Amino acid sequence: MADDNDGTTRRDFIHVASVTAGALGAACVAWPFIDQMNPAADTLALSSTEFDVSGVEEGMAVSIVWRGKPVFIRHRTKKEIQEASEVQLDDLPDPQADSDRTSRPEMLVLLGVCTHLGCVPLGQSATDPKGEWGGWFCPCHGSHYDTSGRIRKGPAPTNLAVPPYKYISDSVIKIG
Amino acid sequence: MSEPKFNNSLVRWIDHRLPIFTFMHHEMHEYPTPKNLNYWWNFGSLAGIVLVIMIMSGIVLAMHYTAHVDHAFQSVERIMRDVNYGWLVRYIHANGASFFFIVVYIHIFRGLYYGSYKAPRELLWMLGVVILILMMATAFMGYVLPWGQMSFWGATVITNLFSAIPLVGESIVTLLWGGFSVDNPTLNRFYALHYLLPFVIVGVVVLHIVALHRFGSNNPLGIDVRGNQDTISFHPYYTVKDAFGLGVFLILLSAVVFFLPNSMGHPDNYIPANPMVTPAHIVPEWYFLPFYAILRAVPDKLFGVLAMFAAIGVLFILPWLDRSPVRSATFRPIYKIMFWVFLVDCVALTWLGAKPAEGIYVVLSRLCTAYYFFHFIILLPALSIFETPKSLPKSISKPVLDPDGGGGGMIAVPAAPREKA
Repeated sequence: MADDNDGTTRRDFIHVASVTAGALGAACVAWPFIDQMNPAADTLALSSTEFDVSGVEEGMAVSIVWRGKPVFIRHRTKKEIQEASEVQLDDLPDPQADSDRTSRPEMLVLLGVCTHLGCVPLGQSATDPKGEWGGWFCPCHGSHYDTSGRIRKGPAPTNLAVPPYKYISDSVIKIG
Repeated sequence: MSEPKFNNSLVRWIDHRLPIFTFMHHEMHEYPTPKNLNYWWNFGSLAGIVLVIMIMSGIVLAMHYTAHVDHAFQSVERIMRDVNYGWLVRYIHANGASFFFIVVYIHIFRGLYYGSYKAPRELLWMLGVVILILMMATAFMGYVLPWGQMSFWGATVITNLFSAIPLVGESIVTLLWGGFSVDNPTLNRFYALHYLLPFVIVGVVVLHIVALHRFGSNNPLGIDVRGNQDTISFHPYYTVKDAFGLGVFLILLSAVVFFLPNSMGHPDNYIPANPMVTPAHIVPEWYFLPFYAILRAVPDKLFGVLAMFAAIGVLFILPWLDRSPVRSATFRPIYKIMFWVFLVDCVALTWLGAKPAEGIYVVLSRLCTAYYFFHFIILLPALSIFETPKSLPKSISKPVLDPDGGGGGMIAVPAAPREKA
């Protein structure tokens, strides 16, 4: 056995090299077995939705489905827009201006999923509790959202998310 | 330990080549067990039997169940209405899960009271905590399978717990779902894992029993066995006692299965899952309520989730938090009281977990959560220092055979544990 000065041998090297090669190979094979759990191609293909907002009148709200989740579309009243835009940003747990959350101030488009643990907040129908700030209220763990969908009180860490959307005509939005 | 003699020549032939009969004789027949075990020691073997009941009823249900979002709810209703005795098997399985947790929780509190987690049984205890966690995962995924409203929203809330992890949280949740929300891929993988995990539990139970048989059972006095006069053979004494306890247990299980089958479920789960509407008041199954109360008691998402996992995780280090050399609460005057206070705290958390997260319930949840951690992190280490235990008997037999000399002095250092030959 060839033995160099510090006592390591060529056999030691081949042991380390083969274990390393084996471990790398195992890690490479592990990835497909992890990634198979991520969304499949057909699931990803269903990831955009179009909706005509002209039927949503002032003071009205509708929920539509996008990626298996509800999207809230709310045609806000003047008063609601005013309340949302007059808030001091310093008062917000997750500061964001109302103008940064809508492309047209009257038509608010939000992902209807509470940012705490994923329940659907109440506030879409006229009889729902809307929370202390007149927006939405999540019944699961008591998060209150304002008329811009921003978190004001409760365990949710962030504002209701604004999904990626754009107006593809005067009245039709494409989400996703 | 003597070699068993088998009369049957076929048994001898097999045992010579595969010593399975010798093994069973050692571990289930002559296995020396402390002779003073009370009925709280029934719940270990009972938990093992309930696991078998759950696996048998579950395999039958799997033969009739369809894991698809369009068919799952109907296939469960078909089991209830059309499959011969399907209603019986499903009610045994659904209520069996609740009884499994009742039995295991009693088993855990037995261990807490009598100090069964202390040296040399730390690994035995930790394997038990692993079993508890696996049971929780299995029960959670099983509850999703009927695809009712509580199934869907329970799955949504619990998987969203992982979104609290900084940076990678959202990716992990997407990975768990296999989509952008709880959907068909989620149901499929939960079904596969719900079928797998019980057999993983069986594996850990085997390790739990191997660790148990290394030093044998703890006992109500919490002192080590000193010799043969302190033990009796497992069979027939404890096989009979366990069988009697099993009979009582089966009467109670049958009473619920036949007369109150939905008493521990939630009516909303008989509404098919609707991803657009969250039920007004979602609650987990009762056995998760204390942990759910801890989750909601903390106003911050990440720390709420951490507190919930820590509530279970703290059990892993319990043997090193409670440093008192005396095991049984019988000889620990302060711990004996604090044990019951802790039990009341856990019951209170269970009750609070079912209440809406508002007003006085939030305040009480916070107090009870704080006390839960106070008990483990501060009280137990402090008691190990400040509490003066009562004097221990010299042996398990001594107070019975020699009542006058039975008191004995304080035993500061437990003698070397008897190892099984």
